[in-house]
Amino acid sequence: MKPHRALLLFVVLVLSGCSGDGAAPLATLERGLPSDPETLDPQKARSTQAAEVLRDIGEGLLGYTANGELVPAAAAGWEISEDGLSYTFHLRPEARWSNGDPVTAGDFVLGMRRLVDPATAAFYAQMIGAIDNAAAIVTGEQPPEALGVTAVDPHTLRVELTRPTPYLLALLTHPSTFPVHPGSLETHGDAFARPGRLVSNGAYRLDAWVPGSLVSLRRNEHYWNNGATAIDAVNYHVLVQDTSELNRYRAGELHITSTVPPDSFAQVRAEYGDQLRVAPYLGVYYYGFNLAKPPFRDNPRLRQALSMAVDREQLALSVTGRGEAPAYSWVPAGVQNYEPPLMSFSALSKADRETLARRLYKEAGYGEDNPLRVEVRYNTSDTNRKIAVAIQSMWAEVLGVEATLINEEFQVLLANMRDAEVTQVFRSSWLGDYNDAHTFLSVLLADSPANMPRYANREFDSLMLRAAEQVDLVRRRLYLEEAERIMLADHPVIPLYFFVSKHLVSPVVSGWGDNVLDYHYSQHLGLSAQQ
Amino acid sequence: MLRYTLLRIAGAIPTLLIVIALAFLMVHAAPGGPFDDERVLPADVEANIAKAYHLDEPLPQQFVRYLGKLLQGDLGPSYRYRDYTVAELIGAAFPLSLKLGAMAMGLALVLGVAAGTAAALNRNTALDRVVMAFAMTGISIPVFVIAPLLVLLLAVKLQWLPAGWSGTSGATRYLLPVVTLALPQIAYIARLTRASMIDVLGQDFIRTARAQGLGGATVIRLHALKPAMLPVLSYLGPAVAAILTGSVVVEEIFGIPGLGQFFVRGALNRDYTLVLGIVVFYATLVVAFNLVVDVLYGVIDPRVRYR
Repeated sequence: MKPHRALLLFVVLVLSGCSGDGAAPLATLERGLPSDPETLDPQKARSTQAAEVLRDIGEGLLGYTANGELVPAAAAGWEISEDGLSYTFHLRPEARWSNGDPVTAGDFVLGMRRLVDPATAAFYAQMIGAIDNAAAIVTGEQPPEALGVTAVDPHTLRVELTRPTPYLLALLTHPSTFPVHPGSLETHGDAFARPGRLVSNGAYRLDAWVPGSLVSLRRNEHYWNNGATAIDAVNYHVLVQDTSELNRYRAGELHITSTVPPDSFAQVRAEYGDQLRVAPYLGVYYYGFNLAKPPFRDNPRLRQALSMAVDREQLALSVTGRGEAPAYSWVPAGVQNYEPPLMSFSALSKADRETLARRLYKEAGYGEDNPLRVEVRYNTSDTNRKIAVAIQSMWAEVLGVEATLINEEFQVLLANMRDAEVTQVFRSSWLGDYNDAHTFLSVLLADSPANMPRYANREFDSLMLRAAEQVDLVRRRLYLEEAERIMLADHPVIPLYFFVSKHLVSPVVSGWGDNVLDYHYSQHLGLSAQQ
Repeated sequence: MLRYTLLRIAGAIPTLLIVIALAFLMVHAAPGGPFDDERVLPADVEANIAKAYHLDEPLPQQFVRYLGKLLQGDLGPSYRYRDYTVAELIGAAFPLSLKLGAMAMGLALVLGVAAGTAAALNRNTALDRVVMAFAMTGISIPVFVIAPLLVLLLAVKLQWLPAGWSGTSGATRYLLPVVTLALPQIAYIARLTRASMIDVLGQDFIRTARAQGLGGATVIRLHALKPAMLPVLSYLGPAVAAILTGSVVVEEIFGIPGLGQFFVRGALNRDYTLVLGIVVFYATLVVAFNLVVDVLYGVIDPRVRYR
């Protein structure tokens, strides 16, 4: 190709790129999203990113305020039977789908049946396991129609439970329990959630979705509370790299970021002051022990020694340094109706802690001549590496432990944790699905698939079961707290810190509320004119 | 030439098959699966999902299933983008990557050849040294360093250009990614052109042309440029490969929904079908492109004969 022809080609290509995507003169909120939703099918979705978008376009029976208080949403009210096993919801007769069809109790029945139907292969199928027959439907022993959710009339929905589940109301805010528009499901089958087809019942509707780039929402004119929605359009920008997201915020192209890059945190705090919103978040960062193999099997002293040798204050202050709270329990503070018991040594001074740790280490059969050699596995990330290095040196300093750090790709680490063959100590975390201690404690039940340490304690399990059967909230709480106390004394995990949510929020955004769930519905936000 | 082309196409089929088989084995050999997560699923739920995606079948059976679908032109559904098929994702992403790549390539050719020629004609002068110094820098600095620097300067500080892709429109959003992508290639092509041009300018036929009284510019344009382009032309294949790999980084940094980004995300998420689909697509493209370059070579250089 001759150079001038190449030049011509180049000019043509540049000009063809000028066609543009059409300007949006609407009041548009620009938000960052750390990855694409894997789907906007409420029952099939799994990630927090998908849930974030789904909370904007859909609506469950209940919802949350900007500050994280549970409030009626698609249901105007409800009654709970005395035994706590039957819930009757009264739907808003004025609720409408984005195409104008009324939202009925049958649509909720359809959604929840779909959730447990094996054919849907939904990730959150176990979420409503407390509802009558749900478990048997998931395994295929019963048809989806057997689910204990019934439409009494178009605006009355009854949910029957096998055991009292005080957190049921919180569960019903989760996108997996959202209703499905029956007409769409009939016409498009499982592909009903694609742009151009998706009919939803939330404050917004899906306008366009460019995978890897942008999810665009528009105001749902038929939404029952449309008058209260201030912002006309929402753009979720898919920005995988947190530094790219920060740059776009700096360039004025974003109103809200999904996070703040760890390395730039101090600089961002100095630069943006109040625009940086940091709040406690329902999640725990922990190191787990592989209890199925030596050296940690049947060795609680060694586990406790390692746990005590970690200076959590130091870790949260100078290693992560973003306002994380040091963790002395498994359930984070701030969970509703729960006061987490703290580990026995939390009140000791650093020196006392270390002395006791050394004694336990010796009792477990280790010492200077016979140091513990242990492998610590973590998934590759800057923060994880820094924490691992810090813990390695704390263990070496206090106990003389020789720890080898092994970083692995996330999927590799997951596979290793599940096999519990090669792992000794591993990094993991747990994020709450709803605001209740159960979402954390149930992880460590002997038969829980998420129980990576392979912790098994009959006493813990039976206390959890008694809590599950309890209608009385105070007694339930006591059982749960006792269960956690027993578990903490066994040291199957080293809780290191509780997460915080970190966002940059532009001063033009109003209505922002910090909450432990880190839910921020666009319908609660406003944009002032000065943008 | 037709016989040669047909033979090359026939030879490409086993190559592609081997690539597909290797890629299939490798994505499945990587630990973990597309649906693994810290929130481990109950066994029943996991079984339902594995069944829905045929992941419960033995690997050979999955491979045969995949090949069968592939022969019908079906790349399967994406595991990560559950509302989309792999073909849809590639169909949306490839034109964008192609556009970016073509623009970067065009820019690299124009600037690279021009700078290289200028340097060759002014050999050992200040101009030559400046151009070659820039070229050396361009080759040495990786894309993932240049891109954030350009963004920081032109988008964040000066706010002349958008810092990202999504939600912006117009030609300006192409500028940073294209320049970032083209820079190393401009540098490489400039160096190639300079060396080759110096070589050609010393040849007898150039002296003959000059002896016939042709002007300097005419000699370059009519006689020197074409033979001097041969090494650049052979470099086009590797250059396309370099732009493809460079696009992976550039697309990720600028958040451009191109093939590169899907490839990386697909690999990390163990989106088997998406990764395989892109490998098959790229492999076909590379084989085809090499073929085209080989055929073009004969068109430009009459000394090359096909057998």
